[in-house]
Amino acid sequence: MYTQSLNTREAYAAGDPEREARFQARVDAEEKIEPNDWMPEGYRKTLVRQIAQHAHSEIIGMLPEGNWITRAPSLKRKAALLAKVQDEGGHGAYLYAAAETLGVSREEVMEQLLSGKQKYSSIFNYPTLSWADIGIIGWLVDGAAIMNQIPLCRCSYGPYARAMIRICKEESFHQRQGYEIMVTLCRDGNAEQKAMAQDALNRWWWPVLMMFGPPDSTSQHTDQSMRWKIKRFTNDELRQKFVDATIPQGHYLGLTFPDPDLKFNETTKHWEFGEIDWAEFKRVIAGDGPCNRQRIRQRTKADQDGAWVREAALAYAEKRKARREAMTLQAAE
Amino acid sequence: MTEKNIPLWEVFIRSRTGLSHRHVGSVHAADAEMALQNARDVYTRRGEGLSLWVVPSSAITASDPSDKDTLFEPTATKIYRHPTFYEVPDEVGHM
Repeated sequence: MYTQSLNTREAYAAGDPEREARFQARVDAEEKIEPNDWMPEGYRKTLVRQIAQHAHSEIIGMLPEGNWITRAPSLKRKAALLAKVQDEGGHGAYLYAAAETLGVSREEVMEQLLSGKQKYSSIFNYPTLSWADIGIIGWLVDGAAIMNQIPLCRCSYGPYARAMIRICKEESFHQRQGYEIMVTLCRDGNAEQKAMAQDALNRWWWPVLMMFGPPDSTSQHTDQSMRWKIKRFTNDELRQKFVDATIPQGHYLGLTFPDPDLKFNETTKHWEFGEIDWAEFKRVIAGDGPCNRQRIRQRTKADQDGAWVREAALAYAEKRKARREAMTLQAAE
Repeated sequence: MTEKNIPLWEVFIRSRTGLSHRHVGSVHAADAEMALQNARDVYTRRGEGLSLWVVPSSAITASDPSDKDTLFEPTATKIYRHPTFYEVPDEVGHM
């Protein structure tokens, strides 16, 4: 029902200040906006962009982790990693369904991912070079994602908020399994394994901080998204929360963060960190990270390789439907 | 994309608490059997339920949100439909 919304897109056309005011009043009163409710076109577009980008991140995120399934160091780790990667696929499915409630089809948004019109999180353009990277992804990448996603459970758009509630429940397993991998490497590992853990942290730390997006001073969408209650905290607020939560966890592991400026401020009770290389962030988002081309190539191949399965499933469903109809007809005679 | 779109299904789960089936989301699938299989994979990976329903999304008729006031507002004014509207003497006790 969601994709055939009662309102056509034209019905949302901008320039209806009275309806916009009523809409904003509902948002301010913390009412949830549902698929067929009137909404400003800008709100719809912002959500489509954000939810699609989020869904793409889930399924592109399966690639760097999938890379290690066959090389997981034990059966237990392999089973956990398989379950985690399957979860990411599920998260993609919830989110694509939420995007569809806004009148775009899954095929349409998938096409925009493959053509590069829609983005996914910059973090998945970095390679997973060692097993420790799988630990880091769970601990830090999923940890950062949780920080971002918990406030989204209260997003003003109902279907998105509901999808996020399911996702957050599952992400908690992801983060803990990642941290357990790190604990095992750092506490029980030999010198080489400890070095591997440190090397992974060195490579991932800064890209993970970039996951929260550009600083508030330059973020294009923050103000309006906050007014619409799509966003509850700014990029910098979430980044700081994440750093404060993560530094002690890293110190427990005996690891050193690759930031000479990192220090605890006794007055503010926050960890202060060094300057993020935003030029790198821009470069990776623009398509020039270490793995951008590979990711899209893999995703395109998966899409093409799966085409015959989708076709066959539809043909099989048609055939069975025809057979059933013939039987009903026969029975009636 | 020239590919035919795969139909959408709404998924309902009866949780282990024995409540009625509750809407949890949607899946794409070519037919009902595959929709059930997909719903099982997507929505019940952690013991979420004991029974699944899938319904073609196109089979659902929804009320129009703009009719919300005409449809639902009158119930708020009919307070005599609620037990608390009626006074029962204290001596009678709980009723």
